[in-house]
Parts: sequence; C-alpha cells; structure tokens
Amino acid sequence: MTRTRKPGVSRRATLAMMGAGAVTFATPWVARAQAKTIKVGMPTILSGRVAQLGTSSRNAVVLEVEKVNAAGGLAGRQIEMVIRDSKGQPQEAARIARELVNTDGCELLIDAEASSGAFAVHEVARDLGVLCIHTNSETSALTADPKQHIPNAFRTARQGVHDSIVGGSYAAAISKAKGLKKWATCAPDYAYGRDTTGEFTLYLKRFAPDVEIISESWPKLFQPDYTEVVTKILQAKPQALYSCLWGGDLTSYIDQANIYALFSQMEVFAVNMADYTALTVVKNLPKGIHSGNRYIKTYPATPENAVWGDAYKAKYNEYPTNWSWENATAIMLLAEASKKANSADGKKIAEAMRGLKIKSPFGADGTVTMRADDQTLVGYAIGWGTTIPQEPYVPQVQAGDWKTIFELEAEWKKSKGYT
Amino acid sequence: MDLDALTGCLASSACLVTQTTSGFIIGMLLFLVAVGLTLIFGVLKVVNFSHGAFYMFGAYFAMTAYQLTGSFALAMLCGAAGTALLGLIFERVFMSRVYGSDVLMQLLVCYAFVLIFDDVVRMIWGPEFKSMGMPAAFQVAPLFIAGGVVPPYYLLLIGVALAAAVILGLGLARTRLGKVIRAAAHNPGMVSALGINTGLIYGGVFALGGMLAGLAGALAAPVRSLTPGMGFSVLIESFIVTVIGGMGSILGALIGALLIGMIRSFGSLGFPLFTEGLMYLFMVIVLVSRPTGLFGKEVA
Repeated sequence: MTRTRKPGVSRRATLAMMGAGAVTFATPWVARAQAKTIKVGMPTILSGRVAQLGTSSRNAVVLEVEKVNAAGGLAGRQIEMVIRDSKGQPQEAARIARELVNTDGCELLIDAEASSGAFAVHEVARDLGVLCIHTNSETSALTADPKQHIPNAFRTARQGVHDSIVGGSYAAAISKAKGLKKWATCAPDYAYGRDTTGEFTLYLKRFAPDVEIISESWPKLFQPDYTEVVTKILQAKPQALYSCLWGGDLTSYIDQANIYALFSQMEVFAVNMADYTALTVVKNLPKGIHSGNRYIKTYPATPENAVWGDAYKAKYNEYPTNWSWENATAIMLLAEASKKANSADGKKIAEAMRGLKIKSPFGADGTVTMRADDQTLVGYAIGWGTTIPQEPYVPQVQAGDWKTIFELEAEWKKSKGYT
Repeated sequence: MDLDALTGCLASSACLVTQTTSGFIIGMLLFLVAVGLTLIFGVLKVVNFSHGAFYMFGAYFAMTAYQLTGSFALAMLCGAAGTALLGLIFERVFMSRVYGSDVLMQLLVCYAFVLIFDDVVRMIWGPEFKSMGMPAAFQVAPLFIAGGVVPPYYLLLIGVALAAAVILGLGLARTRLGKVIRAAAHNPGMVSALGINTGLIYGGVFALGGMLAGLAGALAAPVRSLTPGMGFSVLIESFIVTVIGGMGSILGALIGALLIGMIRSFGSLGFPLFTEGLMYLFMVIVLVSRPTGLFGKEVA
C-alpha cells in the first residue's frame, strides 16, 4: 500500500509555522523580561587580608539593592548584582571590571576596590564609558585631580583630605595642649598611605606650626611583620604617632606594637581604628587611641544611623564597616538619581547624580551630596575621638565642621594646581 | 637613605639591643619555616611550594585551641602536632605520587594545594582576618636591656626557635634516626635495600617539616593577623633564606634567616625605602659569588 501526500499544508509545516509564530510573538515579551533586569558589576576584595572589608561592601550593597528592588528597581528594572573577587590585585580588578561589562553585560559598575585597585578600574571606566561609582578608595587624587576626571565616574567614599583636615586640627589641638612636638608617621606604602599621611601632616603643622616629623615608616601593604617598624619608631622616641594603616594591617601592627608597650610611650593617632573591623578583632585594644570615625552606629548619633547599623547586624550577624556605609551610599544615590532621571540609562543617571543631595543615615546633617564639580561625596559625618576597649568604643566624637573642610580643601586644591 | 640614623644606632647600645633583638625575632620565625623547607628538599629532593600553608594552618590551629582551652602551651602543641599530622597525610596521599617527577609537575601540584589549602581555611574559619590575642602571661611591660626594649614574648619565641635548631641539628648528627635520614637523603636505594622503610622516613621528614612551619605559625599567631593566604609572603622570604643558606643545609637556613632578620631590622633604619630591595640584593650578591648558597655543599 502506498501513501499519497494530501494536497495543502503538511502537519510538519503547520507545526513549524506555529513554532515560528510563537517565537515571533514571544520575542518582545522575552526581550522586555530581560530588559527588566539591569546588571550591575562589582569587583571587590573577597579574599586575603582585607576580605572582611570586601565582604562587608558586598553585604551592604545586597542589603540596599533588596530595598531598591522591593520598591520597583531602577526605573522599573530590577537590579542584578554581579560580584567578583579581585583578590586585592589591581590588574585583576581591571580585568574583572572589563569582563563584567563586555562579557557579562553589566551596564553599571560599583568599584568596591581599595585605592590600589580603584585607579586601575577608573581607567577601565574611562575606556568603556560606563557609569562607575568608586566606593572604597579614599585617595583624594582619585576625584580631586582634574587629570583623573571623567564624566562617568563618581565616588561615594570618604576623602583622605577631608579626614586630614578634621584629624589635623583635632591632633593639633591635643598637640598644643600636651606639648607634643615630635611626631612619627607610619603608613602603608601606596597611594592612600602616602597621600593621606602627607595631608594629615600638612594640616597638623598648619594648626600647630612647631610640630616636627622626626621619623617616617612606610611598610608594604599587607606586610605580615611590623617588628622593624615598631622598633624604628621606638628608637626615634617621638611624642606622638600618626598611622593610616587599616584592616588586618592595623590589627597586626597593634598586636605587635602592644608588646613593646608602644602605646603607653606616645600619643597615638590611628585614623582607621574606629571601625568595627578593627575594634572587635583586636583582643587587647589599647585605651585612648585617637581615631577618625569610620563606621560606628553611635555616630552620627541619630535613630536613622542606629536603625541602619542594627538592620545590617540583624541580617549578617556582625556590625557594618566603613566600606559598608560607603557602598550602601552608592546604591542609595543610584536609586535616587535613577528616580530623578526616570531612567536606568547610565548617562542619564550620571547627569542626575551630579549635585544630587539625598537623605542619608550617614550624613552630618542627615543628608549627603554628590558634589557636582569633582563628583565626590561630601557632607558625610566626620569626626575624631578616643577609643575605649568596649562598646560604644568611641564614646565621644568631636564633629568636623564642613564649612572649614570646604575652605581648606579649596586652598589645598589650589596649592596642588587642581583648580 | 638615612645613614645618620644607622650610624647613630650602631653607636648606641640601647638601639643595638633593640634592633638586634628585632632581627632575631624576624630571623628565628623565618628559620622555623625555612628549615622545614630545606629539610624536605635535602631528604626528599622536593621543592615544597605549599610549605607556607603549614605555617598558616599552624596559626589557625593554635588560635582555635587557644580559644577552646585558654591554654597557650596547648595552643602551641596543637599548632605543631596538627600540622605534623597534616604534613604526614599530605605527603602519603599526594606528594609521594610525584617523587621523581619533573620539577614543574611537583611545583604545579604544590601550587594547586596552596590554593586548595587557602580555600579550606576560608571555608572553616571564614575569609575575614582573625587575631588570637596575646596570652595574659605575656601582657607585661617589656624588658629594658642596656636601654634597649625587649618584649618577653619575643624572648620566648627566640628561645623556642633556637631550641628547635639545636634539637634538630643534634638529632640529625648524633642519633641513629638522624643517621638513617641522612643516609636516605644521600642514597635512598641503599637504605631501602637494607630493609629500612624509606616511605616512612619520607613521611616522617615531611611531617617534621610541616611541624616546624606549624610551630612558627603558632608562635606568630599572637602577634600577626590570621588570614587565608598568610603563608605566601612567609614562603617567599623562606625561599630567600633557603637559597642564601644553601638548599638542604640546616646551618645555612639558620645563618640565612638571621642575616635576613638583621638586614630587615637595621636596613629599616638606614635604608627605610629599600629594606625589601636590600634583602633581594643580598641574595643576588650571595648567589653570584657562591651559586650553591653560603652552606650549599652541606646536606642534611
């Protein structure tokens, strides 16, 4: 028996046409569903000695992104974070940043690198033109130096010069009161360490002109042993010591300096001490170290800040860090700028972000501002105080005055040829 | 360069005491790591690139034991014994399979385990840095010797490391086991033909090397941040020590470690921006003038 093919459209052709039709009709839906999500790339340090800070950056971002997504996302598009470990290596941070944009399809970048990697990521942002928010690098030059300026890069971190103006005037007052004329410095040997130390001593001497720096130490970043640094400082016999070591380097340094009783032999000013990362890790925290505030839920002493710190603790079972608030601020600003621009487009968000002032738990007056001319954050709570070995760790913080900061920062920029 | 500071220090007994002690501290910790490295190379002819991981495990084991028991002595014991056991298992299960292989293969296996061990530490203890804290017995004022500052804890550290050096040196030179180990290093085939289990000797030497690195990690734990990957920088400096002293030489490791310690200690005064470079420069000078290292002809 032979089969004869019936005239007209075959069943197979009909199915094929139905399939094609379904694909044709469904494509816009699929495309729209994909467009609903906006990928945000984030290179950060998730391994090595500062992994805790990188993890705390990721935690804060995730915490805030959940809120933004629950409120509808960026102009209706849900944020999908793509977070990668740079291991604290600048070349790896740059490679990851490029890959996040070119391969993973990220439309925005949160650069949660230390200064060692931030400048490398900054060049990637310059090259690709993608909106990039630097969240952890505090090296002033990153945004203050006009040569670094690109319209698509912003910073939501502290700036070394701001810290130094407040810290320098605070230290000078103590210096005058206690007659601390001979100072030593100890800072990690890279951009942040060099710049911040230079800026601190600049303002220390400005407010206390008879101060003399008699010894400088520049240990490597992530150096395991500080014995030679500690003994060198002891040999110099300074009356006061400034250090901007941070994270594991700072705790290692404190542990090693402690057994030389270094802290009882001089007044110590460690700008990065008052962060839970260091405060809770050091087992024998010396009393009376002077520090700038990093993240403490009791400063600024507002309900908003305490609520934010407690919410973070409830979610992650540990307190946030300095890098946490800086990263949280990036997402808060992103959300507000997107709302203002009514768009999730990087260029439109960047335009809206310039000069944008938002409510913030971390603001000196309850707000922070993305300053338009250099695209860096100002108005955050900044102050110095002395530590005690238990909570609240820095019971009294002397607030810095932003009017003075702005005036002296403008002078500093002029002296550096930045304006 | 600050030669005034250096000459000023050399003329001051207080400074000399402080900086020499500082050199000893840096050197003796390096020695404990480097001597294990050189011992393993001398006997097993393997460049154990994963050796720094044992230093790291020693520190973590000690910290955990200290947190659980509050006993510093037990912490040191756990740091050393734990890494000895780990070294034995590692050698028997993995390293013994690459003996006689190409050096590149051995290095790749070791490097793979550097990454694996770092991840294991990350999984068990977390990625954030930890601090063990100084035991109460050593939270005392430093000693002042001829005006120089010497913390009691560092005296203990130097003493333990020196004791390890003496025990190791005498053990290898004077005991029967030491003679067997030295014989296995020279001629493993002959040792095996005499009915001695060379596998056991190899495993034992690897465990001993791991134990020494672990002891160094345990001794460093109260004064250094503990973090996954902390063994790597120590490993690099230990390699420098081993190369300067001569691969396989215990005396070379001791002298090399002390020289590096002193270079770092006094170099930080006279050449504050070139302390690291000074270390490498010294290594280059030694290798150019004596390619086998200072005691390269000696074997364990």
